[in-house]
Amino acid sequence: MTRLSNAFAKGHAALVCFVTGGDPTPEATPAILDALVAGGADVIELGMPFTDPMADGPAIQNANLRALAAGTKTAHILAIAKGFRARHPDVPLVLMGYANPMITRGAEWFADACADAGIDGVICVDIPSEEDPELGPALRAHGISPIRLATPTTDAARLPAVLDGSGGFLYYVSVAGITGKQSAALASIQEAVARIKQTATIPVAVGFGVRTPEQAGGIAAVADGVVVGSALVDLVAQHGADAAGPVRDLVASLSAAVHAARKDIA
Amino acid sequence: MTAQNPNSFRNQPDDRGHFGQFGGRYVAETLMPLILDLETEYRKAKADAAFQAEFDDLLEHYVGRPSPLYFAPRLTEELAKNAPAGKGAQVWFKRDELNHTGAHKINNCIGQILLAMRMGKTRIIAETGAGQHGVATATVCARFGLPCVVYMGATDVARQAPNVFRMKLLGAEVVPVTAGAGTLKDAMNEALRDWVANVHDTFYIIGTAAGPHPYPELVRDFQSVIGKEARAQMLARTGRLPDVLVAAIGGGSNAIGLFHPFLDDPDVKMLGVEAAGHGLDKEHAASLAGGRPGVLHGNKTYLLQDEDGQITEGHSISAGLDYPGIGPEHAWLRDVGRVDYTSVTDTEALEGFQLLCRTEGIIPALEPAHAIAAVTKLAPTMDKDQIILANLCGRGDKDIFSVAEHLGVKL
Repeated sequence: MTRLSNAFAKGHAALVCFVTGGDPTPEATPAILDALVAGGADVIELGMPFTDPMADGPAIQNANLRALAAGTKTAHILAIAKGFRARHPDVPLVLMGYANPMITRGAEWFADACADAGIDGVICVDIPSEEDPELGPALRAHGISPIRLATPTTDAARLPAVLDGSGGFLYYVSVAGITGKQSAALASIQEAVARIKQTATIPVAVGFGVRTPEQAGGIAAVADGVVVGSALVDLVAQHGADAAGPVRDLVASLSAAVHAARKDIA
Repeated sequence: MTAQNPNSFRNQPDDRGHFGQFGGRYVAETLMPLILDLETEYRKAKADAAFQAEFDDLLEHYVGRPSPLYFAPRLTEELAKNAPAGKGAQVWFKRDELNHTGAHKINNCIGQILLAMRMGKTRIIAETGAGQHGVATATVCARFGLPCVVYMGATDVARQAPNVFRMKLLGAEVVPVTAGAGTLKDAMNEALRDWVANVHDTFYIIGTAAGPHPYPELVRDFQSVIGKEARAQMLARTGRLPDVLVAAIGGGSNAIGLFHPFLDDPDVKMLGVEAAGHGLDKEHAASLAGGRPGVLHGNKTYLLQDEDGQITEGHSISAGLDYPGIGPEHAWLRDVGRVDYTSVTDTEALEGFQLLCRTEGIIPALEPAHAIAAVTKLAPTMDKDQIILANLCGRGDKDIFSVAEHLGVKL
């Protein structure tokens, strides 16, 4: 068992919470991550800021730009991760971001740095399975799960290729679009998760557009995990360095709904 | 080009869309199935005589091809004046500025909108920097009756007002993008965001030979009409091939269009000209000279970036050149040494611009003004009987306001 697989074996769906590292400052991020844990998040996704976050909507775009404007460097993100691992030895931590900052010093350097920081998985938005050689082999060699995305456009024929070489969990993006915009109808999510689970042997977490405890609870009844990002990033935007309290409160209401939802899909 | 290297320079990319280590398909999963469909459909279209015939017919009767090949006598004479005895090469231009819409961009737009309709797409999006690609896209959308949304950085909207108005006249919606510096890179991000949310009905007409595979290949193929015509015209007029080809490079579509049909002619040298902006030690847009390989907008190529891989802003007097990347085939051609690349500053480009106006009665766009500036350095070093062929890829009407401003003239 790994930290990631444990998170999906608690007898309830897992709540996966995303915030952008370095937003509003690198110094403020550790307290916000601690607030996610205190609120009951099962998996933490730490965003690596990038100048050109082309898969993200305005909320996370602006978070990326705020982080970079505050002087956030890759070294800060890795240090934040390392500090988190020391404070929370059992909570899985996933880095999420774009290819260029991850590969710019070489995949081997990045995988080694992630392993050293205690990172469990990496989601790289713009490395699809076709470009796996860019980063995947280095991550797997260091015991780090490359976590891939599946979307409404990923059909049954393509799904095995997406799953091949991936690990941790599959991140099902419930709408074709950018982060933080509309959400998908629960019925279509249920159908998609059921279809994916005919092939997938790893847990399936669902995200994009999930903002409220009601939505999260609904999805938790039909999937292995629920990802919430933009709603938390919005709170950071609103409260800045004082965001930890409001973030903890929202996560607590989300986790209560997610953990109470009956999980129909084993 | 040697016995040990019999492979053609014209058989890239490989089946995964890589030009050596460059190119590829670095896109979000949502777009991946569509990119694969596009490739399948493009292969079919390429093999379909009816598709080629429709493309050729539109280029001839709508765009006005073939564009002339022109010997520039007074520019040649001017550049020979200060050359050593026996030096001062002939300067020729491929006149793609005479195309409908005033630049080479239309060649590619015709090809892509035919592909879009073949795929049953009913909505077109595009990004634009200087506005030339936006105008060309709006033009073909009007011609074929498809709705068109053009993303344009807010900074570029302000400095290219005539082209914004042209696009609106042609029925396009122009969306100003305020993210980042509000230039071409930001417009491309926003176009990708639109595309990912509307993949079911939308076709993204990318304006340069960059982006995820198969775009660099298909844009090159559509733009290769430039080089194919030029090669045949030069042979017909002079009985020989040019000694050097010169073209300006932002993303590099006019350059790859000119170069590609000549790549396997070992005696033809090629020079790509990047924008050195205020100078390579200051703000510039020369990705090959000042960048290193990385991943942006769907492909791996040379990028202007910091040590963390954050993309830095390009600068050029030419809105069409200030992009922090370059098409992946150029990155490969540079690394294998088949094409030479140099760069030209804003000031040098302005001098080239004025020189062509005075000597040949042609007002070039600021993009090919960079190629002209490189020609002014090159011609005096070459023999009188040698031939330089430069791509005059756009006309300068759109640039007269910014040129006036740089020359301190109030209009």
